Amino acid sequence: MSSQKWGAVVGFLKRVVKMKMFLPFFCLILVLLINLIKSPGFFSIDIKNGVLFGRLIDILNRGSEIAILAVGQTLVIAVSAGTDISVGSVMSLSACFCCMSLAGYGVSSTNTLAIPMILGILGGILMGGICGVFNGTLVSKLKIQPMVATLILFTAARAIGLLLCNNQITYIRYEPYKYLGNFIPGCPIPTSIFVTAGVILVVAILLKKTSLGLYIQSVGINKRAARLLGINSSKIIFLCYVICGLCAGVAGIVASSRIYSADANNIGLTFELDAILAVALGGNSMAGGKFNLAGSIIGAYTIQAITTTLFAMGVSTDQAPVVKAIIVILIVALQAPVFKTWFANRSLKGKSQVKETVGA
Amino acid sequence: MEDQILLTMRGVSKTFPGVKALDNVSITLRKGEIHALMGENGAGKSTLIKVLTGVHAFEEGEIRLDGFDEPIINHTPIEAQKRGIVTVYQEVNLCPNLSVAENLFIGREPKTKLGYIDWRKMNKLSRELLKRLDIDVDVTQTLENYSLAIQQMVAIARAVDMDCKALILDEPTSSLDENEVSKLFVLMRHLREKGVGIIFVTHFLEQVYAVCDRITVLRNGEFAGEYTVAEMPRFKLVATMLGKDVDDLDSIKPEGCESNCDEIAVEAVGLGHKGTIKPFDFHIRKGEVVGVTGLLGSGRTEMVRCLYGADHAQSGTLKMKGKVLKAKAPIDSIKSGMGYLPDDRKADGLISELSVRENIVLALQARQGVFKTLPLAKQYELADSFIEMLHIKTATRETPVSQLSGGNQQKVILARWLCTHPDFLILDEPTRGIDIGTKTEFQKLILKFASEGMSVVFISSEIEEMLRTCTRMCVMRDGEKVGEIDGEMTQEIVMSAIAGGEEK
Ligand SMILES: Nc1ncnc2c1ncn2[C@@H]1O[C@H](COP(=O)(O)OP(=O)(O)OP(=O)(O)O)[C@@H](O)[C@H]1O
Ligand SMILES: [Mg+2]
Repeated sequence: MSSQKWGAVVGFLKRVVKMKMFLPFFCLILVLLINLIKSPGFFSIDIKNGVLFGRLIDILNRGSEIAILAVGQTLVIAVSAGTDISVGSVMSLSACFCCMSLAGYGVSSTNTLAIPMILGILGGILMGGICGVFNGTLVSKLKIQPMVATLILFTAARAIGLLLCNNQITYIRYEPYKYLGNFIPGCPIPTSIFVTAGVILVVAILLKKTSLGLYIQSVGINKRAARLLGINSSKIIFLCYVICGLCAGVAGIVASSRIYSADANNIGLTFELDAILAVALGGNSMAGGKFNLAGSIIGAYTIQAITTTLFAMGVSTDQAPVVKAIIVILIVALQAPVFKTWFANRSLKGKSQVKETVGA
Repeated sequence: MEDQILLTMRGVSKTFPGVKALDNVSITLRKGEIHALMGENGAGKSTLIKVLTGVHAFEEGEIRLDGFDEPIINHTPIEAQKRGIVTVYQEVNLCPNLSVAENLFIGREPKTKLGYIDWRKMNKLSRELLKRLDIDVDVTQTLENYSLAIQQMVAIARAVDMDCKALILDEPTSSLDENEVSKLFVLMRHLREKGVGIIFVTHFLEQVYAVCDRITVLRNGEFAGEYTVAEMPRFKLVATMLGKDVDDLDSIKPEGCESNCDEIAVEAVGLGHKGTIKPFDFHIRKGEVVGVTGLLGSGRTEMVRCLYGADHAQSGTLKMKGKVLKAKAPIDSIKSGMGYLPDDRKADGLISELSVRENIVLALQARQGVFKTLPLAKQYELADSFIEMLHIKTATRETPVSQLSGGNQQKVILARWLCTHPDFLILDEPTRGIDIGTKTEFQKLILKFASEGMSVVFISSEIEEMLRTCTRMCVMRDGEKVGEIDGEMTQEIVMSAIAGGEEK
């Protein structure tokens, strides 16, 4: 009798495990659970100085850039089975372009703006888009491998940013410029959360309301077949790189606003790795094709949760990457097909053993 | 040697999520026999083979192989190969980016004394091997440069060259012409004499009667019986496969509408693509079904690809309903009312991970444009109606199309083009791998659409099928259109036109 009940529970668990969102959620919950055990204060949210304060809020806030990048990266990986490794550098370039146009060329610190703030911000985002156009052209028209094509801007974009800022850190000491990366007065929620939500919403609507998602998957799975049935494969690939560039632009502005400056050497440093990892943690195949945007976003916050946890536990900044790497290896290995079949075989074996004992 | 049992599979069952693919199936293969494995699309033939060779694990049953006392289980195709079971799978799975010679000898390359691959020897052996099959290709070229039929022949050549006790051929003849088929049969008979047991899957009844000794029939994943070919007349075999009688294939005859429509639907003048097809003229009337025929590599596929704009024509003009059409990409052709079903369903047709529904509606969606998404309800309706019309055997309409059997995948791609309802439809080997029951219905469907005004270009390596549906045929030879057959068409007339008439 009880074994029947047990069977039902196992059956239910199996169904849950098979759901495509299971692993991303599982990983995130695992990380949060460790926190709960280690530091019970982890989940408390207070209001200090009129704004929300707490580790969870911190994860949501600090994870914004990775989440925004992950959105673009998901599409690029899905459509071209390759990664855009330039996003971190493009973030930096966008930030530099924005700050340079707000402060004026050669100015290292300013209290007044040379042009309206919104123009500077849009210019920065546009700069990201232009980088996307460049990458997209190389990949879709010239058929250069994505990793190689984006390697160009990976190295060049940061240097161009430095040039734009005349080799110095440009500070924008203008209060509203800090809003995007911090708080808008009177609103207790970090602004970057709204920005992230906005980006996700726009892309999600684009995918839901048009057939773009279907096109991207088709091109990612079989480019030749997609072309023959009437999809302009190279246009779709191009578009995905442009979207990815725009996302990098937005992330760059947020990162710049946090420190109200354009620090060409540090903004977005190694963020491309986190973005790619977020896509992988989200259960997306690096071979392209079907994708799961929600998974990538959860993956992004998982990465941020790991980082925050490590800092909370007092792991030093130098050693944090090592611990992070170990955790990531574990999570990625869990998702590997080899492990999946191994688990499946194990459970099969278990079953046949049960049968034998019943027979005997 | 007769009646010496080589391989038995007993009571084999295999379940995929939601589908019982095999239910207590048995097959016995004797030494020196060619054993046909027959059944409708989705009956479980390929699954049985994959279970045998270790591609899929099975839940119940046992496999016994001559020379082993205990029942065997192959965990991987390589293990099966080591035990002497060599297989050519339904979907050609060679490496398209390797050379023909590399594909033939991958995993068993001839080595020099120093342990390096002996390229010269490998190329020489490859040439000899292919020569025996009368295949004329450059073995150092990469495989993807060659047509599906050549690739299929290479896969067969690779298999027959390996020492084996049992050879398993899953629809090896699906894209071969009569000529290649007869070469394959010579080879198979030769192996039979050497005592090799051959399992042969095909949907062509005449091939069964030409080479096979025994038949095992599967129906809906169940064993429907084992017979000797002698005791199994054609109609009885069909009835056993379907579980019911079917109308005779020959009862359909092209009615065409030659007399009542003179409206030219599509006209090409001097259309050509460098390197694949020399400039040709072509026209088709509204409601006409025109065949394109020719030997393997004669340029049939290249001609229709050029018409469709899949390969950009460098010379000539194409007029669609009187208007000049300059297609830069297939989408332009689709928008002007064309459709093209490619012959290589795996490389050019299927979007494998997407669902049956998505695969069916994709071309229609592409024609509508990215911003005009077909409402889901409409998609469901379309998918359901075609699943029913073409008897597509699928668990649900949301099943990934890669999980369907080969023939059912073909039906899905057919449905994709039928649902765009084009004015001009090009079908390159549309019935490849489709069972006889559905084939008849499909031919009727084409004739029905034609009578409603659709113009159809039809390519098939099965001449009879074209004779049944076409009112006119273009003959291709060596990448050139060499003539047309009009009026009286018989198998002999077409065959001699293909071969080059007086020259042979
Ligand atoms: N990988 C898979 N996952 C789920 N279902 C599968 C898979 N492979 C096959 N099936 C199902 O198993 C059944 C038998 O398929 P199988 O490929 O053996 O048919 P078949 O007899 O070879 O047909 P065909 O003549 O079309 O090649 C089908 O209903 C198919 O949908
Ligand atoms: Mg099959």
